[in-house]
Amino acid sequence: MRQIAIYGKGGIGKSTTTQNTVAALAEAGYKCMIVGCDPKADATRLILNRKAQNTVMDMAREKGTVEDLEIDEVLLHGFKGVKCAESGGPEPGVGCAGRGVITAINFLEENGAYNEDTDFVFYDVLGDVVCGGFAMPIREGKAKEIYIVTSGEMMAMYAANNISRGVLKYAQSGGVRLGGLICNSRKTDKEYELISELAKRLNTQMIHFVPRDNQVQRAELRRKTVIEYSPEHAQADEYRALAKKMAENKNLVIPTPMAMDELEQLLMDFGIMESEAVA
Amino acid sequence: MSSAIKDTQKMIDEVLSVYPEKTKKDRAKHLAANDPSGSCSTCQVKSNVKSRPGVMTVRGCAYAGAKGVVWGPVKDQITISHGPIGCGQYSWWSRRNYYNGITGVDTFGTMHITTDYQERDIVYGGDKNLAAALNELKELFPLAKSVGILSECPVGLIGDDIEAVSKKAVKDLGMPIVPVRCEGFRGVSQSLGHHIANDTIRDHILGKGKLEKTTPYDVALIGDYNIGGDAWASRKMLEELGLRVIAQWTGDASINEMGMAHKAKLNLIHCYRSMNYICRHMEETYGIPWTEFNFFGPTKIYESLRKIASHFDDKIKENAEKMIEKYRPVMDAVTAKFRPRLEGKKVMLYVGGLRPRHTIGAYEDLGMEVVASGYEFGHNDDYKRTYPDMKEGSVIMDDATEYELEEFARRLKPDVVGSGIKEKYTYHKLGVPFRQMHSWDYSGPYHGFDGFPVFARDMDMTVNSPTWRLIRNKK
Repeated sequence: MRQIAIYGKGGIGKSTTTQNTVAALAEAGYKCMIVGCDPKADATRLILNRKAQNTVMDMAREKGTVEDLEIDEVLLHGFKGVKCAESGGPEPGVGCAGRGVITAINFLEENGAYNEDTDFVFYDVLGDVVCGGFAMPIREGKAKEIYIVTSGEMMAMYAANNISRGVLKYAQSGGVRLGGLICNSRKTDKEYELISELAKRLNTQMIHFVPRDNQVQRAELRRKTVIEYSPEHAQADEYRALAKKMAENKNLVIPTPMAMDELEQLLMDFGIMESEAVA
Repeated sequence: MSSAIKDTQKMIDEVLSVYPEKTKKDRAKHLAANDPSGSCSTCQVKSNVKSRPGVMTVRGCAYAGAKGVVWGPVKDQITISHGPIGCGQYSWWSRRNYYNGITGVDTFGTMHITTDYQERDIVYGGDKNLAAALNELKELFPLAKSVGILSECPVGLIGDDIEAVSKKAVKDLGMPIVPVRCEGFRGVSQSLGHHIANDTIRDHILGKGKLEKTTPYDVALIGDYNIGGDAWASRKMLEELGLRVIAQWTGDASINEMGMAHKAKLNLIHCYRSMNYICRHMEETYGIPWTEFNFFGPTKIYESLRKIASHFDDKIKENAEKMIEKYRPVMDAVTAKFRPRLEGKKVMLYVGGLRPRHTIGAYEDLGMEVVASGYEFGHNDDYKRTYPDMKEGSVIMDDATEYELEEFARRLKPDVVGSGIKEKYTYHKLGVPFRQMHSWDYSGPYHGFDGFPVFARDMDMTVNSPTWRLIRNKK
């Protein structure tokens, strides 16, 4: 069983990429599971073809305590038997979503959600590693592989670098490794080259460049992955390619995050950001 | 530097010698040989800073200061421990703040009320439960005059908006609801909790009450928590002096009297550390002067009666003299009885807000000598008030560790140690007589003319109990 955590800037397409990739893996015969670690609870809708599933924390709140919960109530099966769970959590501005992630993952573990016949567990984690709770999926004994979804936009790259810092911390104390950057294209200038270079600087690889295609949105509006909605479409093949690369990936590294200056320099080198002097 | 100071410093250095270098350097600043004259520059202790990790400090937390000390004793307020159940449970009624009233009907002092945070409250926020608790409390206890929400650590960590809940509840329930941000991780000791609690009294209670008729003799008794009935003993004396006590803070206090305390002509403050903040506020805002006093033991009582009277007219001044005249024989009888049994006995104190200095006079009245004294959470101004009252070469301790306290006891060989419950059994095992000086060891009152005979009896009972000899002989 390989446990994989997907991080990346908010809105970059983590959930879409994760679900499409998992759908491709499932299609290829792998047994997969997705654990959504974001109070928004939208990490499984494309697999389950429904709005949002009952989350561990919401059910626990309804029942009183997490101990009153049955695993079947929160672990659902979707496309090609992919198992889906959502940690859930509070609405924005109250409570502690990080603690919700910790509680939910502990519950899933203790109740045998991760059986040995699962090939891949994917954790789809909220935008940034803002506190200890959101680092839960990469703590000891959990996800050993991390992929960061990014694009050629400055803030997405900044987030990727920042997440690498978090990974570095847990790489030293635990055994977590960076598996690569997934470029979810926004069609910015020299995006392919830029993210390849960013990956190199972070001591990793750009594992796949996912081109922008509206087919993803069309499928999403129908609560489906591209794999399920239009398996013959070219975009579906992109996700199949990504899935294959991830399944075969042996390039797992301890990242080397950059200083802010170095990151800005990189953007200047690629002519994307003009230096202050020139401006 | 006198030889007494030198000798004591040598002893302190010996005690410190077992520490690692950094700890030794740090702790050395908190321990000093006393110089009452103030001329010895190295004899001042450093205070009110973070305790050193690894030592066993005796300190409490901000919640302890706000809930246990300042807000807890207010009798017709319901005090909620907002958070997981432990903080409220283990601080439940530990300070023996006596009050009049029918518990559960119009007063709530001995009750333990908590929102009992569960995991789901951490994740989803405890604000909804808190709002529900406020409504339930109003229904269950319609005579409650206010509700205080005392925050435990998790409330601050998850950012529960207790202020918003309070604001809404004030309108719905028609009484003050006081949110107190006294999370235990704030500050270095319980001292910050006192300050936070004072500020919330200022913001939510003070100045809101009405007092129809005022007199020139209206005073507020501040910083007396009525432990074992202390405030009652003090109030009685102030009334006999001809003053009218319009508010008692916060022992046996009601929300109403706290609300109208700003009508006082003079604030009389006993525990300076925990309530000087509100006195300074009333001085600045309402122009009310304040004066410190000390009702432990006849010498300090006489001094304080005259000091208090000096703020009033001749009638009160005469009353003070009359009272001293009247009670002197009673006090003399107490000292005549107990002094011979206690003369020359040595005392070591390690307590909280006012007792490390305020009780010195009472011990001296009994012929006893305080050889070491210290504060858990004192500030510089507390120590400045302490140096002149202690003998030259006595030990001054700040935020002492259990190791230091035990070592000083071994070396100074006190005949009685006065400290808290955490220290008590160490000394019992050493065979050293011990009094719990936070709660008067289930006795009291110790304040005033009523208190001194009890104090004297308790000290005699402790120091001269034959039990200690039996323990020592066993070794």
